[in-house]
Amino acid sequence: MKLMADSNEVFVRTATFKATRIINGHSVETVGKNNMDFIISHRFDRVNRGFEEFFGLDAATNRLGLEYGINDRLMLGIGRSSFQKTFDYFAKYKLIRQTSGASNVPVSVSLLGGYMIRTQNNSPQLSSYDRSNYTAQILIARKFSEAFSLQLSPTLIHRNRPDIFTDNKSVFATGIGGRMKLTKRTSINGEYNYVLPNQIDDSYTNNLSFSFDLETGGHVFQLLFTNSFGMTERQFITETNGSWGSGDIHFGFNISRTFSFGEKSKSNQ
Amino acid sequence: MKRCILVMAFFMTLNTAMSQSILYNATKSEFSFFSKAPLENIEAKNTRAASIINTSNREIVVRIPISQFQFSNKLMQQHFNENYMESEKYPYATFKGKLNENIDPGKSGTYTVSANGVLSIHGVDQNRKLTGKLVVGENSMELETKFDVMLADHQIEIPKLVFKKIAEKIEVNASLNYSPFKK
Repeated sequence: MKLMADSNEVFVRTATFKATRIINGHSVETVGKNNMDFIISHRFDRVNRGFEEFFGLDAATNRLGLEYGINDRLMLGIGRSSFQKTFDYFAKYKLIRQTSGASNVPVSVSLLGGYMIRTQNNSPQLSSYDRSNYTAQILIARKFSEAFSLQLSPTLIHRNRPDIFTDNKSVFATGIGGRMKLTKRTSINGEYNYVLPNQIDDSYTNNLSFSFDLETGGHVFQLLFTNSFGMTERQFITETNGSWGSGDIHFGFNISRTFSFGEKSKSNQ
Repeated sequence: MKRCILVMAFFMTLNTAMSQSILYNATKSEFSFFSKAPLENIEAKNTRAASIINTSNREIVVRIPISQFQFSNKLMQQHFNENYMESEKYPYATFKGKLNENIDPGKSGTYTVSANGVLSIHGVDQNRKLTGKLVVGENSMELETKFDVMLADHQIEIPKLVFKKIAEKIEVNASLNYSPFKK
């Protein structure tokens, strides 16, 4: 029947990435409406610590995160990292969704704003202003095919008080991340955060990470290797000091579990 | 002259036929499925299906956009589209068939109807006979149907790891409201 042929259906490209993070950095994905994600992340010490430290597994930092979807576009998240006892808060908004069909939008765009505060006791004690930092990101991603997605993440990080006083307070960087699906439920991700030159000390390196993602029902497991110990933007973008070349690689994982608080399914059948 | 009258008569019959309307299209539809599973019940709704019934040759066509099934658990919705239905590859489920009973849109009442046809889900065609209830009202029709979909019949794979969570047979409920098709 001809009447059915002229479709005006718009298809939103979903699942550009499996989780709300590519590896360390945010992906364009948000948590769905009334859904909550609980994320447990670990980064072990450097593998080049050798056998005595069991290749870094003896020491670890962790981050516990809770993320909630206000609606299908806006999500809020909080997290607490053991590294520098950092609390982080963020909001992410899906501004543009990649679509095909009646309307054709080539990319998805999400905006991210974050605030972080370190609560570790230092001497001399710093004011809360000095321990605060801010992140702003524009996340632009395209799902090229069922298997391949790519994201660019222009980033601005502002630190009220950098650890090295000659560093710029505001640092511009750009992240690039991608994922390649191996099967329907597994993928390989890569992520690189490039800090534009002459902003931070030469002893810092750019963050590079690779992960293997595995998804089972309500869980997403990410097994990863990265040259950064911390998991907040300030730490892994502007304060990474490990180098892949000399084996300063941290093994780690992210586990995310989704709970839904939508209308409970009526079990009246 | 004679020919002229014939032509006029032809147009007049065509006209009356048109005013009686033989095509009905669905203005409102709801497809839902429910599957009871040990860990978490699986339930989704879709209100974006399109359908047409031709009352003269008894053909019925239904088309359901797979990605419009709404789950309350969005991760489940993502898995449904990405892993099970592969909705980017197979965006629609369709049924094309022929009703076994005559429908007279002029006669109000409730009828039990059945249709033989091809049910296509996940790109796999299956010959099926679906049964339902048709309520004919004034200038409207309402179709209700319930049918089972065996996942294996449509090559929808369930990984062994989550086998317990998903039933191999899914019960689908549908209700469609039809009204005369206007161009």
